[in-house]
Amino acid sequence: MTIVWDDPVNLMSYVTWVFQKLFGYNKDKAEKLMMDVHTKGKAVVSSGARERMEMDANQLHGYGLWATVDRA
Amino acid sequence: MFRRSGGQCVATFAHDEVRVLRKVAAEVVGLLTDGMDHTDPVVGRLFPDIYPDRPDDSSEFRLYTEGDLKTAKIDQAGAILAALPDEGEGEVRLDGEAAEAWLRAINDARLAMGTRLDIQADTDLAEELDDAVLEDPGSSRVFQLSVYAYLGYLQESLLNALPEIK
Repeated sequence: MTIVWDDPVNLMSYVTWVFQKLFGYNKDKAEKLMMDVHTKGKAVVSSGARERMEMDANQLHGYGLWATVDRA
Repeated sequence: MFRRSGGQCVATFAHDEVRVLRKVAAEVVGLLTDGMDHTDPVVGRLFPDIYPDRPDDSSEFRLYTEGDLKTAKIDQAGAILAALPDEGEGEVRLDGEAAEAWLRAINDARLAMGTRLDIQADTDLAEELDDAVLEDPGSSRVFQLSVYAYLGYLQESLLNALPEIK
């Protein structure tokens, strides 16, 4: 799984835009994910094979989001 | 601040704004090019460990990916420098690709400044700024906090000026 963690700097509107742009999620889904990150401290943003998750996390780092990969 | 005009995101920057944005973008480029120090919290925030509990796996992943990530971050900061006038005031017009580079670069700059300024989830920026002004209106902290706040407004305006994602 790829996990995005809450951080105090990234704008909520920016995080929503990144989820739409990177994962092709519609605005409702992207906003819900962003709110999960914001209120729960983290959210699973994608899941799948390890290489794919590493690629997602790396791309999220390109956008400045704080992403990690969890093998669980 | 940015607005949408035709198919582009357009902003008119005053002389001081051009100077500040050039400085901020150049600082990000500098941070990334002068042999990065991984013990620096700013570098840690821009290049997070992908496996927080497994340092060896994180380092191995870093070995393969960090060069490209660093180049991308330098390029996006470069997009700000390329679009701005060299000096003085001026208009900036960004197509979709350039707007995306600006958004990412402004975000990197905000992450770097926010980390240095120790911005937390409960930080009230206006209050921080008032306190800093009371302490010393000419301090570097007052300047940094003002620029940090300005970049937040600028990023928000650019997000609002983007065409809706289909």
